Amino acid sequence: MAAEKAEMDALKKECDALRTQIEAARKAVNDSSMSAASGGATAVGRVQLKLRKTLKGHLAKIYAMHWSADSRQMVSASQDGKLLVWDTFTGNKLVAVPLKSAWVMSVAFAPSGNLVASGGLDNICTVYNIKAASPKTLRELDAHTGYLSCCRFLSDTEILTASGDTTCCLWDLETGKQKVIFTNHIGDCMSLALSSDMNTFISGACDSLAKLWDVREGACKQTFSGHTSDINAISFFPSGNAVITGSDDCTCKMYDLRADQEVIGYQDTNLNAGVTSLALSSSGRLIFAGYDDFNCHIWDSLKGEKVGVLSGHDNRVSCTGVPADGMGVCTGSWDSFLKLWN
Amino acid sequence: MSGSSNLVAMKKAVQQLRFEASINRVKVSQAAADLQQFCIQNALQDPLLTGVSSSTNPFRPQKVCSFL
Repeated sequence: MAAEKAEMDALKKECDALRTQIEAARKAVNDSSMSAASGGATAVGRVQLKLRKTLKGHLAKIYAMHWSADSRQMVSASQDGKLLVWDTFTGNKLVAVPLKSAWVMSVAFAPSGNLVASGGLDNICTVYNIKAASPKTLRELDAHTGYLSCCRFLSDTEILTASGDTTCCLWDLETGKQKVIFTNHIGDCMSLALSSDMNTFISGACDSLAKLWDVREGACKQTFSGHTSDINAISFFPSGNAVITGSDDCTCKMYDLRADQEVIGYQDTNLNAGVTSLALSSSGRLIFAGYDDFNCHIWDSLKGEKVGVLSGHDNRVSCTGVPADGMGVCTGSWDSFLKLWN
Repeated sequence: MSGSSNLVAMKKAVQQLRFEASINRVKVSQAAADLQQFCIQNALQDPLLTGVSSSTNPFRPQKVCSFL
């Protein structure tokens, strides 16, 4: 017993020493700030986007939405127990997928456009073929021991999931089995984002940490701290070298992967609502962040200033997305509507 | 029993921290300059920055002219 305690104490000491070493290494490269670097960049001025369409059809709170890779179709999920696939150019509903469990928290479109996936309090990620005559359940991925908070397809044969059981998982859709389990978070995983080369992904969790993972090896490569509450939203900067997070602490942060630290924060003393979702414009200059205050606020990512707001929802903005062609922003809300802006 | 599983968890934590400590870090000034450069290089192709003209706006309700 005493030997074990001694070993534990030695390991704890080593952990503390390593943490100090990491902080020192980060400080050593912290020779400037984003604000200093962005002094030369022209201001974006006031960003005033117009509401182009309001998509009506859901009968209860919308919890998630995801654009198709074609930048035209989009899928939304509501606790009315339905997934709706929309043609955003016409506003028409193309497909309605009835869910076994209405408590949905996440939805995803496969890059091919053939499949959608959803999951929530049922702990299961269900994958549907929406190209069939009527939506057909392809797979029920059932192994998480906590709610499904986020899912993202790599292809028609692989999908990543994030769960309230604190793990993320890579699944093989041909077998329906787990391929890799990503463990390191100590709080519910709330959100994930895949890098464009699909070799890495980032996760945000209720332990207030963001983590970068190697998809194939299952290893956590980097950990980013700084938030003081749950991270609800996470996204890659389009160059792939930085990560943006949104949190219940009412702030967003940008962490640079190569500098291994936070480079700028987005907060406003008048903004006392948690961040639920976020999306970036195609150049990465604008951050669209959905908040509990019913608005989607727009931030200049380089200067850290608020440059606009998308107002119109009558309840919390729960999801935000920019399509691959960058032509607009979609916001989804607990008011049951989706809005398209540009 | 719980003692040794705590030990295993602790050893894993040390291993993880060793790995995270070992990476090479780029100076923040360089990282920030690169992020800024990316934004500037892509600004003209960013429809939400440049604005979308009504003729090319896929979300704008189509106005149809018809001969009566």
